[in-house]
Amino acid sequence: MDLPVVWFCLIAFLWLGYLFLEGFDFGVGMLVGLLARDNDERRVLINTIGPVWDGNEVWMIVAVGATFAAFPNWYASLLSGSYLYVLAILLALIVRGVAFEYRGKVDSLRWRRWWDRAIAVGSWVPPFAWGVVLTATVTGLPLDRRGDLVGGPLELIRWDTLLGGVALVGFSLVHGAVFVALKSAGDIQRRARQFAATIIPVALAPVLGLVWVLASRSGRGVVFALAGMVIVAAALAMQRLWTGRPATAFALLGAVIAGTVAVMFGGAYPNVLPSTLDSAYSLTVWNAAASSYPLQVITWVAAFGAPAVLIYQGWTYWVFRKRIGTQHLPPVHVP
Amino acid sequence: MDVLDVARWQFGITTVYHFLMVPLTIGLSLVVACMQTAWWRTGNRKYLAMTKFWGKLMLINFAMGVVTGIVQEFQFGMSWSEYSRFVGDVFGGPLAIEGLVAFFVESTFLGLWIFGWERLAKPVHLACIWAASLASTASAYFILSANSWMQHPVGIVFENGKPRLTSIWAVLTNNTALAAFPHTMAGSFAVAGAFLLGIAAWKLHKRADDDREVWFTSLRWGGWISVAAFAAVAITGDVQSKLMFQQQPMKMASAEALCHTEQPASFSVFAVGDVSRPDCENVKSITVPALLSFLANSDFDSKIKGVGELTTEYRAKYGTNYPVDPKLGELSGKPIDYTPLLPVTYWGFRFMIGFGVAAAGAAVLALWMTRRKRFPANPWYARLALLGIAAPFLANSTGWIFTEMGRQPFVVVPNPTGVDGVFMFTARAVSGGVSAAEMLTSLILLTLVYGGLAVVEVYLISRYVRGGIAGVMPAQKESTKDADVLAFAY
Repeated sequence: MDLPVVWFCLIAFLWLGYLFLEGFDFGVGMLVGLLARDNDERRVLINTIGPVWDGNEVWMIVAVGATFAAFPNWYASLLSGSYLYVLAILLALIVRGVAFEYRGKVDSLRWRRWWDRAIAVGSWVPPFAWGVVLTATVTGLPLDRRGDLVGGPLELIRWDTLLGGVALVGFSLVHGAVFVALKSAGDIQRRARQFAATIIPVALAPVLGLVWVLASRSGRGVVFALAGMVIVAAALAMQRLWTGRPATAFALLGAVIAGTVAVMFGGAYPNVLPSTLDSAYSLTVWNAAASSYPLQVITWVAAFGAPAVLIYQGWTYWVFRKRIGTQHLPPVHVP
Repeated sequence: MDVLDVARWQFGITTVYHFLMVPLTIGLSLVVACMQTAWWRTGNRKYLAMTKFWGKLMLINFAMGVVTGIVQEFQFGMSWSEYSRFVGDVFGGPLAIEGLVAFFVESTFLGLWIFGWERLAKPVHLACIWAASLASTASAYFILSANSWMQHPVGIVFENGKPRLTSIWAVLTNNTALAAFPHTMAGSFAVAGAFLLGIAAWKLHKRADDDREVWFTSLRWGGWISVAAFAAVAITGDVQSKLMFQQQPMKMASAEALCHTEQPASFSVFAVGDVSRPDCENVKSITVPALLSFLANSDFDSKIKGVGELTTEYRAKYGTNYPVDPKLGELSGKPIDYTPLLPVTYWGFRFMIGFGVAAAGAAVLALWMTRRKRFPANPWYARLALLGIAAPFLANSTGWIFTEMGRQPFVVVPNPTGVDGVFMFTARAVSGGVSAAEMLTSLILLTLVYGGLAVVEVYLISRYVRGGIAGVMPAQKESTKDADVLAFAY
């Protein structure tokens, strides 16, 4: 197979890993403000992802880095074209990352409140803004001959990109709630499960809408099949959740996001960032790619590096597999 | 201000800020790994206390380094999309490898280390901090090889107006990178050493008598690390500057603000007045004859080209005027100014050296004054040690400002012995599709958020310093029924 195609698939896979893993991180962050009743419960929520959120975030960093390495023109046009949206993501991720680390370091109500706000901003904004940006990259932006955005930042506000934003927020919220149901113990676990079961139809509706819109635009049979798979997985996830099987529901939500990413990128292929002004200006897997030698280099690195990442990240989840309840929290001990 | 100016300020501010956290993270995490190793080998509780205390400060700083680092990876595409397109074949590779090989290891194993106390077997837990700290060292290597390629492009051919990568090995073993990496690592240890020294001296001054052993050992570690780091900084810096005289003569002429060619060339210690005057010799004070020739070529009679002569050469080689292109804004068709901002390069170079020497001198003094477990009663000693923490940070910042400003007006500097045509002016590198208003928005927001977080970080660190060892050692478990309680949780 051609290396640009391989890297197109690998980058889609990196985004899938990111949206799956940070999806529940974001959801947990949203629930800190929505579901937890007191500081102990907030701490339980944060600690379900405490050891892993940073590693999960690296999936995004590598997705973007791999895009730079494999498709420099795509990287350049997408990040400059969605400048303010990416800025919002960066600012949100900055305050979120610091909030997780700093929140428990001073024993004061006001201190924690500020960081809880930061966690809320850092958990709602990035999935929405990534939803907008990723939908824009697969459906297109007004790019000129050089690959630069024409018309300014408001060009990204369209009903389909907004749907993409809402879809990723909805997915993250329900995915996070199911994750909490699997990783916590006690009352918060019960409420997380109920919450997930209640919101899952509303939360997944925009995902299904997005998938359907993108599939019908691409018009390809295989993309429709993937969209069908997403719908089936979503329905099954709902049913599993309602019958009290959060573990299978969690796996099925994984299938939902996998299918969604496949529909997004598969529907756009061979485009990586179409131009809505003139299809001659569109960035494709072929004209956006680096030359074959650097692609070979990063393929070798990925061939050895990526399996290792999966193994040691998997091991981390195994080490921290125990459920966490309020009774497991050590007392607050800070200077 | 136009887009170019704002983008440059933004890159400068975010990068200098990021590089306040990075050297402390790199240096301190390796030092903490050594402390934990000492605990594992000796079982001495003193080393456990050191691991916990310095590890906590390292983590407070680490978080900031991580989150500000994401901005770095994104802003090439956001603000410098023309640059990204031009260098895409070369520059993205080290960044992707850095993420795949270094960041994943760093973030995953740091999480395991933070939360793995008492859950992982001791040697496994120790291996986690080594993995995380060595991964951050590896990430420094990859990013420095990317940066060094911009200073000195290698491993490429020139095709269709762009460099095409032909050897990743050449990029990773670029002699510029091989010189920059040890220099940067030594600078990181200088930061870690001064940090240990300053804080430990302050704690000893405050008579934290319960843990005197801990602070005393930390102080001695800090002193020796500082001295060793300075020796390494000086040696690697000398190697690097000799290389730089060959690779970027204009940068080194600007480091000296050498307006006219001299043979032998003298080195000025400081200047009074504007060094960018055409008669720059007249503002320089205390010049050491022939020293610049020695720094460049290890002799006392070689000729060093001045800014004027180099400008003539650069014009002949790389053009006299910018091309006529509306995207270049005011610079379109204008003559190219090949001289970096001389006050910045001249003083940047001197501050870098000056702060480095000051930090090393303070460390030697500290080691002498604390010999045989003594500690001076004079409060100024501890105050100066605390203040001294700033010196290696400032040396790092001014050094980077010097080297990055010294390569202007190029973003990719031409390699004098490399492939013709591979260079890029900074003015051509900036994104075309981003307005000055957008760029200014991000500059303001990032600066505000960074500024606020700097206050928070310093506040937290000083709080934990005041709390001392008692603040970071885990509370004793009350009874056996608490066996399920986590050793650490956010």
